[in-house]
Amino acid sequence: MPPSPPDTREVILEAIDLTREFDGVKALDRFSFKLHRGEVLGLLGANGAGKTTAMNCLLGLTLPSSGELNAFGLPLQANRIKILQRANFSSAYTALPGNLLVWQNLLVFARIYGVPNPKKKIAELMELLEISHLSKRVTGQLSAGESTRVNLVKAFLNDPELLMLDEPTASLDPDIADKVRKVVRKVQRERNIAILYTSHNMRDIEEVCDRVIFLHKGKIVCEGTPADIIAQSSSDNLEDVFIKIARDGELLDEPKKDSAV
Amino acid sequence: MNFRIISALVMRYLFLYSRSPMRLVELAFWPVVDLVVWGNVTVFIQKNTNPEFGSYVLFFLGGMILWDIMFRAQQGVAISFLEDVWTRNLLNIFVAPVRSSEYISATFIVGMLRILITAVVLSFISWFGYAFNVFQLSWWLIPFFLNLMLFGWSLGMISTALILRWGLAAESLAWAIPFFFQPVVAVFYRVEDMPAWSRPIAWCFPPTYIFEGMRDVMKSGTMNWDYLGYAAGLNILYLALAGWLFVWVLNLTRKRGLLTKFATQ
Ligand SMILES: Nc1ncnc2c1ncn2[C@@H]1O[C@H](COP(=O)(O)OP(=O)(O)OP(=O)(O)O)[C@@H](O)[C@H]1O
Ligand SMILES: [Mg+2]
Repeated sequence: MPPSPPDTREVILEAIDLTREFDGVKALDRFSFKLHRGEVLGLLGANGAGKTTAMNCLLGLTLPSSGELNAFGLPLQANRIKILQRANFSSAYTALPGNLLVWQNLLVFARIYGVPNPKKKIAELMELLEISHLSKRVTGQLSAGESTRVNLVKAFLNDPELLMLDEPTASLDPDIADKVRKVVRKVQRERNIAILYTSHNMRDIEEVCDRVIFLHKGKIVCEGTPADIIAQSSSDNLEDVFIKIARDGELLDEPKKDSAV
Repeated sequence: MNFRIISALVMRYLFLYSRSPMRLVELAFWPVVDLVVWGNVTVFIQKNTNPEFGSYVLFFLGGMILWDIMFRAQQGVAISFLEDVWTRNLLNIFVAPVRSSEYISATFIVGMLRILITAVVLSFISWFGYAFNVFQLSWWLIPFFLNLMLFGWSLGMISTALILRWGLAAESLAWAIPFFFQPVVAVFYRVEDMPAWSRPIAWCFPPTYIFEGMRDVMKSGTMNWDYLGYAAGLNILYLALAGWLFVWVLNLTRKRGLLTKFATQ
């Protein structure tokens, strides 16, 4: 791996030798990384590689077996509430209470996060994600794509400095996925948000992420900008790199170009 | 503890109840059915036995109403939590800056609102239908109510902890918990009528003192003050234990990584 240039940006999130075992199997194995202010870091890897586990540890939902986690320069466990106030999360696997109207759900979370002038904030974000018309709909009746965007509004409510997105574009159609990526990127640039992003969609990763880390069985296989990684590999696109790593657990072996999937 | 966060969580339940009036109906349905059945039985017995026995029968009605207060408080806490589980909202809450104490406080408040509604409905019907005026318990009603509510909260936290640990498989257990206590806390009979070996157990739980007190008040208009003291003291103990259990289980689920599996299942 070529040495990356020294980074002087503020470290928002840091994991040092993060290890998480489940029944003797390591879902994460001495995983270390830094996420800087304003940076979008993609976590990639096959199903079961440890991406969600990493995110759950970083959110304090799961305790690591060993290792150190810091956010905003503070140890995570001891400062969970303080950190969560400055962070947010959205995933395709969580939902807002289905029996409430969209605006009701958003208002509840705006209050939880102490958003000043919540109604205005909600209206602005809904406009940004092009879902203003959904405000009075019953949350549980939204389509997957609609509810993903509502979840994203929730995730942006507190102007997070750190955002964790676990497969935010899963179940979106290509058009909406494209819009979501662009909005995430736009808001991220405007506010200089640090984002940790997982996705199985390589288009997402190439468009959204400044840097990616490939995980295999809980270990880092390689990291760098998407372009760097493609250059290091024997493939000519990220999708093939992904498949290679998922199957072999490593980036390189004897050069063999095979882009037919 | 941050009051804004508690109020936001309570607001969520108010939205929920305003959106689904059936939930309000559910609050009144079983208590009313119970009350009507017990009320009719009471009338039947009063008509067909001597007056002294008839007055005893009123204890059933009183016991039933007070029992329901405790049961509703427990349910209020457990259901508030289950709503978050059922709607897959739990993760959103756990990744928000919400402390366990704030979350629990909100469920307490929801529990309190629920029992207020139930209590008003029951009191109303029992007075008009059966001339059982709960206010014959006069201001004793307030400490009775508070103590039963506190114990209901403790049981609610224990139920919540069980669900958190064992998932929805423990859901029915959560409903059943108050009924484990029903035989031993002397709801419908006096402690002295219970088998001797079970009496010391009965005195370990706050509701026993309240139900004994209720009968004393209905009989003589007053009760042993010590009983209220014991009930309150024990309640504080149980609340502390239940709170500790909840936090312990929450940390355990974090350690085992169960929280997320459970919250997204
Ligand atoms: N609570 C748990 N108990 C036992 N094993 C677990 C638990 N959570 C995760 N695992 C295991 O840890 C490994 C990593 O899972 P994780 O969910 O982090 O994968 P992932 O990279 O997010 O996969 P996907 O792309 O499918 O979402 C898997 O083998 C999984 O079975
Ligand atoms: Mg995952």
